Amino acid sequence: MSEVAGDFDDEDGSGTIKKFMFVNRKAPYGTVYALEGLEVVLITAAFDQDVSMVFMDDGVYQLVKGQNTKAIAMKNFSPTYRALDGYDIEKLYVERDSLEMRGLSESDLLVPVEVLSSAEMQVLMNDQDVVIAF
Amino acid sequence: MKFGIMVSEGPYTHQASDSAYLFAQAALEKGHEIQRVFFYHDGVNNSTRMTEPPQDDRNIVTRWSKLAEEHSIDLVVCVAAAMRRGINDENLAPGFRISGLGQLVESGIQADRLMVFGD
Repeated sequence: MSEVAGDFDDEDGSGTIKKFMFVNRKAPYGTVYALEGLEVVLITAAFDQDVSMVFMDDGVYQLVKGQNTKAIAMKNFSPTYRALDGYDIEKLYVERDSLEMRGLSESDLLVPVEVLSSAEMQVLMNDQDVVIAF
Repeated sequence: MKFGIMVSEGPYTHQASDSAYLFAQAALEKGHEIQRVFFYHDGVNNSTRMTEPPQDDRNIVTRWSKLAEEHSIDLVVCVAAAMRRGINDENLAPGFRISGLGQLVESGIQADRLMVFGD
């Protein structure tokens, strides 16, 4: 990590663990949301929270294999997704319709994921304490 | 209820900061607590005192500063996002402070609800 996490003061001292879900809806390049979003995900995991990530809409492109950013002069940060399990971030969910509408399938993705219908996704989201969309 | 707020978009281009401000104001009027407002992505641009809107427009930055002063609200700007965009202690508006992303996670943990105002 390239930044300071800031002092953490767990006021009630209970070591609270909440369910944080990060919903990635945007393509990896073109806007900064995916890149800066990953920073939040990694910090949240460092705080020992229960982290999951959702990829839907154009966000599914974040996980596509073989990204090459040379022509747009931007850093290819897709290897970071492969490092997520090193931070104990193993709950990666992809919405089925978003994949299919873009002509993609699970075998096009660079990490193992669980593919869910939007109805299943809804159930999962309802179960979260904190949902942050990027 | 104890609310945390995250603002992910810059001022004027996008309504996110206006909506977050109006939400905070309404919540305070109803007796709720605003635990923290965290500015991320282009949202960090809400914190520069270099902002000078035309006189007949709202001043989004000073509005946040005033709210923070009146209600002792913690306005936190993400350091990495701020540095990328040229925001630092030199040009930071009153009432804001620069800190790390851990402050956002803390907000998620400590607040009853984290409200995200973005695109």
